[in-house]
Amino acid sequence: MPTSIRHLNRRRLLTVTAAAVAAVTLAACSGSSPDPASAPAEAVSQADIDKAMTTPTTLTFWTWVPNIDQEVALFEKKYPAIKVEVVNAGQGLDAYTKLRTALKAGTGAPDIAQIEYQYIPTFSITKSLVDLRPYGAAANQSKFVDWTWGQVTGPNGEILAYPQDTGPMGMLYRADLFEKYGIEVPKTWDEFADAARKLHAADPKVYLTNMAANEAAGWHGLMWQAGSKAYTVNGTEVGIGVNDAASRKVAGYWGGLAKEGVVSTDPDFTDNWFQGFNSGKYATWLTAAWGPVFLSGSAKSTAGKWRAAPLPQWDAAKPVSGNWGGSTSAVITGTKNPIAAAKFAEFLNTDPETTTMFSTVQNFFPASKSLLADPAFTGQKSEFFGGQQVNKLFAEISGTVDVGWQWPPFLDQSVKDWTETAGKALTDSGDVAAATDEWQSRLTAYAKDQGFTVSAG
Amino acid sequence: MPLSAAAPRRPQAGNRAYLFITPFLVCFVLLFLLPLAYAGYLSLFKDQLVGGTVFVGLDNYLRAVQDARLLDGVLRVALFFLIQVPIMLLVALAVALAVDSGLLRLANMFRLGVFIPYAVPSVVAALMWGYLYGPDFGPLTQLGERLGFAAPRLLGDSWMLASLGNIVTWEFAGYNMIILFSALRTVPVERYEAAAVDGAGPWRIAWHIKIPALRPALLLCLIFSVIGSFQLFAEPNLIQRLAPTVIDSSYTPNLYAYSLAFTSQQVNYAAAVSFLLGFVILVVSYAVLLLTTRRPRR
Repeated sequence: MPTSIRHLNRRRLLTVTAAAVAAVTLAACSGSSPDPASAPAEAVSQADIDKAMTTPTTLTFWTWVPNIDQEVALFEKKYPAIKVEVVNAGQGLDAYTKLRTALKAGTGAPDIAQIEYQYIPTFSITKSLVDLRPYGAAANQSKFVDWTWGQVTGPNGEILAYPQDTGPMGMLYRADLFEKYGIEVPKTWDEFADAARKLHAADPKVYLTNMAANEAAGWHGLMWQAGSKAYTVNGTEVGIGVNDAASRKVAGYWGGLAKEGVVSTDPDFTDNWFQGFNSGKYATWLTAAWGPVFLSGSAKSTAGKWRAAPLPQWDAAKPVSGNWGGSTSAVITGTKNPIAAAKFAEFLNTDPETTTMFSTVQNFFPASKSLLADPAFTGQKSEFFGGQQVNKLFAEISGTVDVGWQWPPFLDQSVKDWTETAGKALTDSGDVAAATDEWQSRLTAYAKDQGFTVSAG
Repeated sequence: MPLSAAAPRRPQAGNRAYLFITPFLVCFVLLFLLPLAYAGYLSLFKDQLVGGTVFVGLDNYLRAVQDARLLDGVLRVALFFLIQVPIMLLVALAVALAVDSGLLRLANMFRLGVFIPYAVPSVVAALMWGYLYGPDFGPLTQLGERLGFAAPRLLGDSWMLASLGNIVTWEFAGYNMIILFSALRTVPVERYEAAAVDGAGPWRIAWHIKIPALRPALLLCLIFSVIGSFQLFAEPNLIQRLAPTVIDSSYTPNLYAYSLAFTSQQVNYAAAVSFLLGFVILVVSYAVLLLTTRRPRR
């Protein structure tokens, strides 16, 4: 799910004040602490697991997923001794700020937390995530789509979370507008650029797509597709290459189209943007697998006119996609019941009944291989997309997501630097490819200042 | 002062007074002084993701005074102060005088109407104005299209500061008006009567009696506005969502400190920036006081 929809309110201010105070407390009394994630601990015996799962225990689970108590109830039914308290600590950044505060304060952190893929390194660098290998996590690898497993695996092979939902990227398009202006569904980015020019020339009020200058997450998905190795992380050594050849290719492409004025650059998830979909200003949305359900709720007046297709390709012979969004369940360092917490995270994301429920109740796009191959899931027809089997398409796309992509341990900073360099150049019709150099130098300076050993990626 | 019978009791009364202000003092110390001291303490350290916390003395301050982004932010809010505050105070003054003149019908309703924006939470205000300023579907743009001219891009680079100034004026003119209006109510009616007897009309009364009487209240509003302008945060922070590349993370000094602390995890440097901003506000407030309270020479 997109978590970039964030607003500051008084509660958040209070939270951040609390965070500041907590940070001070930490600065005042941070001593040496044991290093829980350095070496793989020994596997926990089945006897210990059985004992833990039958001992009365209460687990706390921070998540923003609506109606997740339905899945949790299935776990409690299977393990009656264990009670799971579901707490909504806010979505995305709100939840992370609270989690950081609790971790720094050393009290009040949950046993399990909802964490998006891109934030796993941010929390693993502070050793806040429990390595799940001792609790039998490795045996579950084959149940998950390969790239999702890569996302939850740390640099030393640690397994830091269980994948829950995903967002492999595709293209949603207005079939009616394409037909009206005689546009073929573009298969390559070159065809996409031609279509953008043709469409905008035919109707200056319509843009083939909107490349939001604030949407670093979607942009990273496109860099991912292009094969950029923007971040390579190995403990405290990071390689930064946000201006590598693939990244510059993406930047130059979109910068060119924006400068020509044939794609718009409106900020996304705003009123203006929602109205843009309803009024037919944007003819496509380059989005993730959660996009179809999201759009059907936000652009009701255009129901039936949309279709889905894979992302246009740089090399049509080798279809690749990137990912945007999705999240995981991670066990938080400091939990008093790591066995029960790990088994809960495992059950929640591997049990056939819960994983199916996520796809029907929450409309999550699954990370589970068996579900992605299940005709009951892929065969669903979406009225909003004129009866198209959208799940089937995105299930195929999921198999083409590149496995090697990594996130940095300071993603927030990179997002901010991207917005102020590449994002700004995009809206100002500047040189976006050149702006990635500025992004690179800002992020490098930051990483060095934070004590990392930095190499150009 | 002549001695009175109550004199010996005074110390006791003083003690009792302390008892009454204890709740305030406790809150003041816990929620204001202590965090302030903590922030000051924090600003002397540097916490890294790798390597932990080290004492760095005044390094953070040295870095802050050379920080071009901080300076840009300070200059931007200074410009905002110079333009927005006079407009807002003039509006507040005009409304206060109008309501006080007794010539308005439904004066109470009018007063309430001007004050209501202050009661609207700034989140709601920013959402509302964000909609009104909308570049494609906002009513102002739509109106422009109907009338056949291109409405200015109110959320664009060149208009943003004016658009923010408009929101702040809308929000706080009523608040300042109430301060000025209450001050007007304390002017003794005899003065107006005397002036009227001397043949002064309503304009003359306003200029020669009411406005001079408002001097202390205007000064109060001005000092509040110095602080408010230099600490500008909520409005740009909320509008940022609609214009992320126009309002960057250092658009105002407070926004900069916030993003340093909670996006960049540089709490220590953010604390130094905040202290420096506090110092700037102190200096500007003092300068304003000096300039406005200087006795004119005759």
